[in-house]
Amino acid sequence: MALTARLPPAPALLRAEEPRVKADMIAVAAGCVCVALLIVAIFAPLLAPFRPDTINAAAINQGPSAAHLLGTDSLGRDILSRALYGARLSLLGPALVTVLSTTLGTALAIAGTWVGGAFDRVAARFMDILFAFPGLLFAVLAVVAFGAGLVAPVLALSVAYTPYIARVIRAAAVHERQLPYLETCQILGYSSWRTAGYHLLRNVRLLIVAQATLAFGYSLLDLAGLSFIGLGVQPPAAEWGLMVSEGDSSLLNGYPYESLAAGAAIVITVVAFNVLGERLTAQSLSRQ
Amino acid sequence: MPALLEVENLRKVYRAPGGKRGAHELVAVDLLSFQVQAGGSVAIVGESGSGKTTTARLIAGLESPTSGVIRVDGEARKPLPWPRGERAQLARQVQMVYQDPFTSLDPSQTIQACLDEVLRCHFTQDRKERGSRISELLGQCGLDDRHRHRRPRSLSGGERQRAAIARALAAGPQVLILDEAVSALDVSIQAQILNLLASLRDALGLTYVFISHDLGVVRQVSDECIVMHRGAAVESGVTENIFSAPRAAYTRQLLDAIPRPGWAPKRRAADPASL
Amino acid sequence: MNTPAPSRPDGTAPEPPLLDLGGLRVELKIGGLWRTVVQGVSLSLEAAQAVGIVGESGSGKSVTVRSIARLLPRGARVGGEVRFGGEPIWAMSRARLRRFRARDLGIVYQDPRAHVNEMHTIGDFLAEGIRDQPAGERRERSIAALQMTGIHDADRRLMQYPHQLSGGLLQRVMIAAAILPGPRLLLADEPTTALDVTTQSEVMAILGEQRHARRLAMVFITHDLDLAAAVTDTIAVMYAGTIVETGPSATMHERARHPYTAGLLAARPQPTRVASLYTIPGRPIAAYESGPGCVFASRCAYAQPRCLEARPTPRQLGDHLVSCHRAEELQGALHQALERA
Repeated sequence: MALTARLPPAPALLRAEEPRVKADMIAVAAGCVCVALLIVAIFAPLLAPFRPDTINAAAINQGPSAAHLLGTDSLGRDILSRALYGARLSLLGPALVTVLSTTLGTALAIAGTWVGGAFDRVAARFMDILFAFPGLLFAVLAVVAFGAGLVAPVLALSVAYTPYIARVIRAAAVHERQLPYLETCQILGYSSWRTAGYHLLRNVRLLIVAQATLAFGYSLLDLAGLSFIGLGVQPPAAEWGLMVSEGDSSLLNGYPYESLAAGAAIVITVVAFNVLGERLTAQSLSRQ
Repeated sequence: MPALLEVENLRKVYRAPGGKRGAHELVAVDLLSFQVQAGGSVAIVGESGSGKTTTARLIAGLESPTSGVIRVDGEARKPLPWPRGERAQLARQVQMVYQDPFTSLDPSQTIQACLDEVLRCHFTQDRKERGSRISELLGQCGLDDRHRHRRPRSLSGGERQRAAIARALAAGPQVLILDEAVSALDVSIQAQILNLLASLRDALGLTYVFISHDLGVVRQVSDECIVMHRGAAVESGVTENIFSAPRAAYTRQLLDAIPRPGWAPKRRAADPASL
Repeated sequence: MNTPAPSRPDGTAPEPPLLDLGGLRVELKIGGLWRTVVQGVSLSLEAAQAVGIVGESGSGKSVTVRSIARLLPRGARVGGEVRFGGEPIWAMSRARLRRFRARDLGIVYQDPRAHVNEMHTIGDFLAEGIRDQPAGERRERSIAALQMTGIHDADRRLMQYPHQLSGGLLQRVMIAAAILPGPRLLLADEPTTALDVTTQSEVMAILGEQRHARRLAMVFITHDLDLAAAVTDTIAVMYAGTIVETGPSATMHERARHPYTAGLLAARPQPTRVASLYTIPGRPIAAYESGPGCVFASRCAYAQPRCLEARPTPRQLGDHLVSCHRAEELQGALHQALERA
């Protein structure tokens, strides 16, 4: 046929370049702060000038100085060291809550979407019941039943946060479920575990990470609040919520440094994780 | 010689939940029967609501028929979910290529990972063997190493459809269902994919079930053709005969409505039910 | 088609064309970068004429038509001229633009469901377009419009919601809504692509009747050359953001002068015969992917070195306007190829 007279070599079939994902500078900044906090928590013994429980009766309630960068508290302990060591317990609790609630929430969301039917309806009603309880109330009840500390509140908050995460993941999973590539997995003979647990899960993973970072921030606030009212971590442990509470008598005497330092640490952490979580959520939704 | 694919009195009825029995019933496929020989190609033509897509889904096993039998190679087809032991074997009977190349591939997988997964799940080959089989599949479908490590979002529509065909072929099926597989492609790309499908059928001895509303496409790819209207087959036979001498009024109506040189659009006879 | 209209006998200036695009150029921000999607489109249309814009993905056909209605994304960069009855559309004030869109322009889109408010009844939807008419008349005119598009039980339909109508029916309602205010120009962006072929035939027949009754001009976008040839007077073939060929619809299928048009015609599968389809190698590109030479050079079977270096300017060849360096020499070859196709 004359039109094929002299075929030039076929031009590149690929598009000129991969579509670029613009780096979200605010998310990157928030992410850096989160990473820095984790480093502080892990390397606190190397970073802190003093041990957190070293009492120094001669240096009570002092303002910032060369020796004590953030001052001392009512027992003469260095505030900076306590804040740095405090990162460990202050971040451990939220980390546990995040891992537990995200795992449980994701599992329920994906299983509910995939299995459907009665299982999905029962799970949804169960989630509705959980929604009725404010997380903090749940945690207080758990402490009353099982004693103060970290364990009871962590478990209670994990259960309380699960429905929030499950709801968001389920919405995304329902959207993905109707796309043909999941049906193709079934025609290819893949098991439900592989289809839902690998293919479906991978395509909502960005949203899961986003929800997890949000849960981290909120649970930190809740746990710090519990410690503040004395139902969480107990003294003499270094923990930010506890420090805010312990510093209130010094505050009234005109030495706000302990409460201020611990409060600032909480705010920075929560803001960083929340901003990161919201940015990741927006990115994952815009990819759909 | 027994046919490779046999469909016998296939019927699919959808019932709306609640209400009186039979009050809200939709007969999507009504007593459809046909056969396809190995290496043959049958097209199911119809407009929306004709039941052609439902038929494709029933053959693929995505839905179960209300009554009737589907047999591949003499064995009755089972609907999903398939029992664990039979999955590989059932997948090797029938595979499907979808219309929309943008949503029929897992967006998070590279083409390499996608094809590798199919091979790992269905065959016992080591990594090297799988690698060369993937190269073979890509080559057969007109793709090359440049496409291998890309994700669907950085491929064009035609390339994605080629990848979808490669994925279907990776399972080694006997029957390939093409559900409007070229409808969403540009004209020049559509021609490339149609030529590819024709050459694959010759080279690999595949059997095609081609679902389409486009009669021009149907003419190119099928030996036999079934025209469906509201769930029932109004005409079937050799494609060439149906196009040159249609017997059913609906078939004539369809052929008349195709734009071509010298054609002018016409209002059809008033049929309020079809509005 | 782009030759200026002759002067009137009394020496006054000729009336400007209804629609006039001169060297239209559009840049959009895609993936953070400014990309040219339309590069130099020139087209003119008189009252009651219909032009079909045919192209594949990336050809810029939809963007071209949206620039006529000024419906581009915010901040889009537009160059060249877009005039309606001599008046530049992109210089219109907001009030004038609103009147232009409400009275002079009608638009029909591909997917009716995406362009209609599901919360409003059909009656409300139709009445909204003719809000400036007295209330009593609005209902009558709406019913008349629906009946003209072949919907018989119009007063029942007025009370229904969009989800209760099928795709074909809803598209007829869209056409009625577009024509009801009495526009002078209709923009139809693939209005029948999502419809069954029998419904398509009916909808295009209705559209043709209405156009002739009201002397309505139309810009009809499609990827289907045969459909365009049947419902328009002139066809403009677009590739990579530019028009490569313009010519009368009736004879385009035999006398295409541009290798791309000929390639498209040869690539379409015909119900009348079986053949190995001619394929244009590669894939359709967008304007920003084209090089300095002819936009089609990278895929053209007849390309020569000069085709890659210099962009051809549109030239009159018989009754066609072609952008091809080799248009004259290839006439015979293309004609032969199309005969066999």
